[in-house]
Amino acid sequence: MDLKEKLVSSFLAFENKGGIDLDSNTHSIRSKAIQNFEKDGFPTKKDEEWKYTSLKPLLKNDFSLFPETEKSIGFKNIEDYLINDIESYKLIFIDGVFSSFLSDTTHDECDVCVLSSALTRPKYKMVVDNYFNTIAKNNNSLSELNTAFAKEGAFVNIPKNTILAKPIQILNFSTGSEKEVMLQPRNLVVVGENSHVQIIERHQNLSKNTTLTNAVTEIFVHKRAIVDYYKIQNDTDDSSLIDSTFVSQKQQSVASVHTYSFGGKIIRNNLEFYHEGEHITSHLNGISILNDKQHVDNHTLVNHKFPNCESHELYKGIYADKSTGVFNGKVIVQQAAQKTNAFQQNNNILIDDGATINAKPQLEIFADDVKCSHGCTIGQLDESALFYMQSRGIPKKEAKALLLFAFGNDVVEKIKIPQLKSRITKLIAKNLGVELGFDL
Amino acid sequence: MLQVKNLHASINDKEILKGINLEIKAGEVHAIMGPNGSGKSTLSAVIAGKEEYEVTEGSVLLNNEDLEDFAPEERAHKGIFLSFQYPIEIPGVTVTNFIKTAINSTRKAKGLEDLPAKEMLKLIREKADLLEIDRKFLSRSLNEGFSGGEKKRNEIFQMAMLEPKLAILDETDSGLDIDALKVVANGVNKLKSKDNAVLVITHYQRLLDYIVPDFVHVLHNGKIVKSGGKELALELEEKGYDWLK
Repeated sequence: MDLKEKLVSSFLAFENKGGIDLDSNTHSIRSKAIQNFEKDGFPTKKDEEWKYTSLKPLLKNDFSLFPETEKSIGFKNIEDYLINDIESYKLIFIDGVFSSFLSDTTHDECDVCVLSSALTRPKYKMVVDNYFNTIAKNNNSLSELNTAFAKEGAFVNIPKNTILAKPIQILNFSTGSEKEVMLQPRNLVVVGENSHVQIIERHQNLSKNTTLTNAVTEIFVHKRAIVDYYKIQNDTDDSSLIDSTFVSQKQQSVASVHTYSFGGKIIRNNLEFYHEGEHITSHLNGISILNDKQHVDNHTLVNHKFPNCESHELYKGIYADKSTGVFNGKVIVQQAAQKTNAFQQNNNILIDDGATINAKPQLEIFADDVKCSHGCTIGQLDESALFYMQSRGIPKKEAKALLLFAFGNDVVEKIKIPQLKSRITKLIAKNLGVELGFDL
Repeated sequence: MLQVKNLHASINDKEILKGINLEIKAGEVHAIMGPNGSGKSTLSAVIAGKEEYEVTEGSVLLNNEDLEDFAPEERAHKGIFLSFQYPIEIPGVTVTNFIKTAINSTRKAKGLEDLPAKEMLKLIREKADLLEIDRKFLSRSLNEGFSGGEKKRNEIFQMAMLEPKLAILDETDSGLDIDALKVVANGVNKLKSKDNAVLVITHYQRLLDYIVPDFVHVLHNGKIVKSGGKELALELEEKGYDWLK
């Protein structure tokens, strides 16, 4: 039985034990989703959007879909992966199951809790009906697959006029309790008018076993709300991640998604922004630093539908050894979206001869009074800059690292949480194999 | 201090230096002058160890040690400093962070601990004042968006911080107005001592009014064709280079 068949045939059992009312909206959404997945299956390289990323080697694994949960995981096992020097809400999932013991949730000024309870409790029915699977719907077969099995994940519901002082950390751990594990976390984030939230998300394999995570996050940003979403992707070489994040923005809102891809076997990020009002600002920032045979594929979409909105996209990539990268950035400016400012930049450095980047900026502009630009560069380290630094006594290895640091610096500069910035800086230093004598 | 013996160097199989002999003693200031394309910048790059150049014959010795097998950073640790004609812009690294890294790399190579932050700061301020550098300037990205004068002043600031034995100033006067030229020359003169030496590479005599050389050499077609005292610079200014060819 291949993975697709296995998933489809597991669906009924999953639905039956899930505690979901079979008459409910959720049930019909899931049933429709599994049908769609069954029809389309996993994407292949024949699919234009998957031309440079093959899932084939991953799908050969005999994944456990509902793995045993490792109960003995304590704070000690996970603390390295948290940002510990700030107060925060925490949603911790161990092998796909929520750990109330390790988490720190709230229902006071807002709801920071788990999706499984939101899906079943009458109290949240309105929110779920209004938002759940409304942007992810019919997008691609992998998000359909996630929807079919959507149960565990973060549920963040922030009422209007609420500025969350503490960021929210969402961490998904795989413990290696079984040899090959597939996880499908699902997050729903609804941010009310004038509210403000910061979220840090991470997927981490704690073992040497194989993990495939197929995650979907829907984020709804209401009028004048501000959302900063940070994704740390620094997993083991046996872990792969397919992340689909959909952002829907109402007028005058500001949403930023930052993606730091430093490790993993295959990482695929689908990041899509949909504008539902005027004067919206969207930020898409990313750094990928890869080595060995790692692969990262950043697929982004910004869909400008209304006038007077702006989007700023900045993706940087540093590829060593035989690592490969894909950048596919699509910007659509619909006819009504006059006075749009859309900027896209993608810069890449290939350190070694075996490294590859496939970059594809796509601009589809149907309005005539807009400012849109895109720039894409692929280069190597500047030899004259290296010599300059060496001539001042800085060894070549450090000089290289410093140049690479400097290259990624404008993306790191955009991090608004200082402790996170310092953590990302350290992760970058570690990935470049140097110790820096200063904070950038 | 520095001995250049029958130095031949080429890039992409094209010979640029065709047998250079030069000796610089501690406490001396030497100037190398010559028309464009004579090999002036190549000579400075070869002494500093730029890898693109291949030394095909001869040698460069610093304090009787052959530099051939040493990387540029190792030469810097031994006390060679090259002030670039076109300093490189490095966005994202501030002047302060860059010089800290340079100083501590050099200290590490000598088996010393990092310079304590407080002392580093004091040293940076002291040397910045010497070159009349605004403090704000130190937190800007290295050379990014700097004017020609600011770039050169920053080069000499780094030289002041690193305290080299042999400073090579490659066309330091180019792009400088007369006021900036005086500040830079003044900085170099203050750093001069009986224990170090300066090699000034220049197209024009102008800089030599302020950094007065003990010896002047004329480079032409990869060879030193004439050497003399500081009066040779004036003669060149008057007659040009044609009479030496």
